[in-house]
Amino acid sequence: MKAVWTIVRYGLEEALRRKVFAVVLLLTLGFLGLFWLGNHYAFKDLSGIGQPAGIDARDFAGSFIFGLAMFATLFLGVVLAIFLTLGAVRGDADRGLLQPLVVRPIGRTTFLVARFLGTVGVAGPYVLAVYFASMLITGLTGHWWPDRIVTPGLELAAAVALIAAISLLGSVFLTATANGIAVFMVFGAGLVAGLLGSIGHALNSHTLQHASKIAAYVVPVEALYQDALRQITADTTGLTQFVLELGPFGGAFIGGWQVRVWAVAYLGLVAAIALVGFARKDL
Amino acid sequence: MAAALAVRGLVKRYGRVEALAGVDLDVEQGELVGLLGPNGAGKSTLVKIACGLVRPSRGSADILGSPAGSPAARAALGYLAELFRFPGWYTADEVLGLHQSLARSRGGERERTELLELVDLAGARDRKVDAMSKGMQQRLGIAQALVGDPKLLLLDEPTSALDPVGRRTVRELLERLRGRGISVLLNSHLLSEIELVCDRVTILLRGEVVAAGAPSDLARPRGVEIETDEATLMYEAAGREDVPQLVADLVAAGRNVYGVSVLRSTLEDVYLDAVGGESS
Repeated sequence: MKAVWTIVRYGLEEALRRKVFAVVLLLTLGFLGLFWLGNHYAFKDLSGIGQPAGIDARDFAGSFIFGLAMFATLFLGVVLAIFLTLGAVRGDADRGLLQPLVVRPIGRTTFLVARFLGTVGVAGPYVLAVYFASMLITGLTGHWWPDRIVTPGLELAAAVALIAAISLLGSVFLTATANGIAVFMVFGAGLVAGLLGSIGHALNSHTLQHASKIAAYVVPVEALYQDALRQITADTTGLTQFVLELGPFGGAFIGGWQVRVWAVAYLGLVAAIALVGFARKDL
Repeated sequence: MAAALAVRGLVKRYGRVEALAGVDLDVEQGELVGLLGPNGAGKSTLVKIACGLVRPSRGSADILGSPAGSPAARAALGYLAELFRFPGWYTADEVLGLHQSLARSRGGERERTELLELVDLAGARDRKVDAMSKGMQQRLGIAQALVGDPKLLLLDEPTSALDPVGRRTVRELLERLRGRGISVLLNSHLLSEIELVCDRVTILLRGEVVAAGAPSDLARPRGVEIETDEATLMYEAAGREDVPQLVADLVAAGRNVYGVSVLRSTLEDVYLDAVGGESS
């Protein structure tokens, strides 16, 4: 256990010295400031907007703008997770930093698990903090609160944990730069698939919806994000719900317990491949 | 008693390239063995297999009876890589502290102090790695390899960045380690250094052992050189046992003899004979 904590601390100290936390903190403060400004004007103007029949404007505005914050939270969490892990194996091995560590009795499995725990230990609470801060801003400014408070935040944190695992897997085989690009592209591909699904839902195209669903399961980060969006308007009904489900923020049609179970299985699969790959890798 | 390192029929292939082609090597407990060979001979690959960084294609490497790479084997060895780096923001003391944690050493501050003194870095305890010269980092690397009181040290080019004084420090350190019963496999290009400190040497060429033995056993007679008042005479076929007769003959012939040298080949000659002038 002491060795795990040593590696966790080692990884986090490295991020601290490379100013990863400072950059993420600045980006976060910038985002929260802009988000407050957006909320302030959106809800200020809300009373002056003619409400379309069947649509609750406050529900729509609140969930849409908070859905946008969830996307930003996920994105910032993903950036943090990727920068904490992108060079964990091959990147550090190429620079000669890894070899002196893994010849010690701790072993490679402990090393990789510790790097994952260290990343999740930072990125998870970070995502939850930004999520709840955004919720407070929207709630206090616009008097709108999501239908589910905790679950969507946990799903966003889980999505970031999945990205951390994918990034660690990539770091076993790819150089730091190639891995960073690859993981961002995987994340981006998932988002695009989600948008395509929304378009398919609007056009009532079953083919597009089906393709989007498959893509969301191939990259369950997107499925978890969609489920989190679905949760914030879980009790919303009628035309408001239908319009929100068209996306891209405020609602979604992909979700349910299957997504969460699959995310856990996916994490196990990614972890297994990463551990086996690392164990067999020549350094 | 199990050998500190026992390598049997070790083969390593990287695709079509055969880095090791069936190497046998033993490092007994308390023995200092030098590993020589041109670039690409397979020396670093052999050391990396011994410390579990690289998987062999065939054959075995055991550390004190445990397979290389196993937790027991890793716990028994200290390793200094040819190309290594420590995080630049760590101080010398923090680097050793990190490795104490990973090696589960209970030596604490006393061990760190002793190791820093051993490599002549006691005055740089709180200096950051980034602020150290390459030579200081290399000495810190050696101290790091000694954390946890290893039974076998695997040193891959440990003196490549050191100045003559630094090399001498490391040489004296290796002799002290031998005195403590620690086995060392020393991979180096510095033949004179290996000749001075190693009990045995193994020369690799294209992944195979081409010569092995004690430096004195590998060296062969190269004749006798006698300095007289007229000239320096060379007797290439003569050996140590011929010296009294040669001197007597010269004195009888009216020459004055000022010096006699019995010549033997150096490790460099042995090395060059073994590798045939190959450099990479």
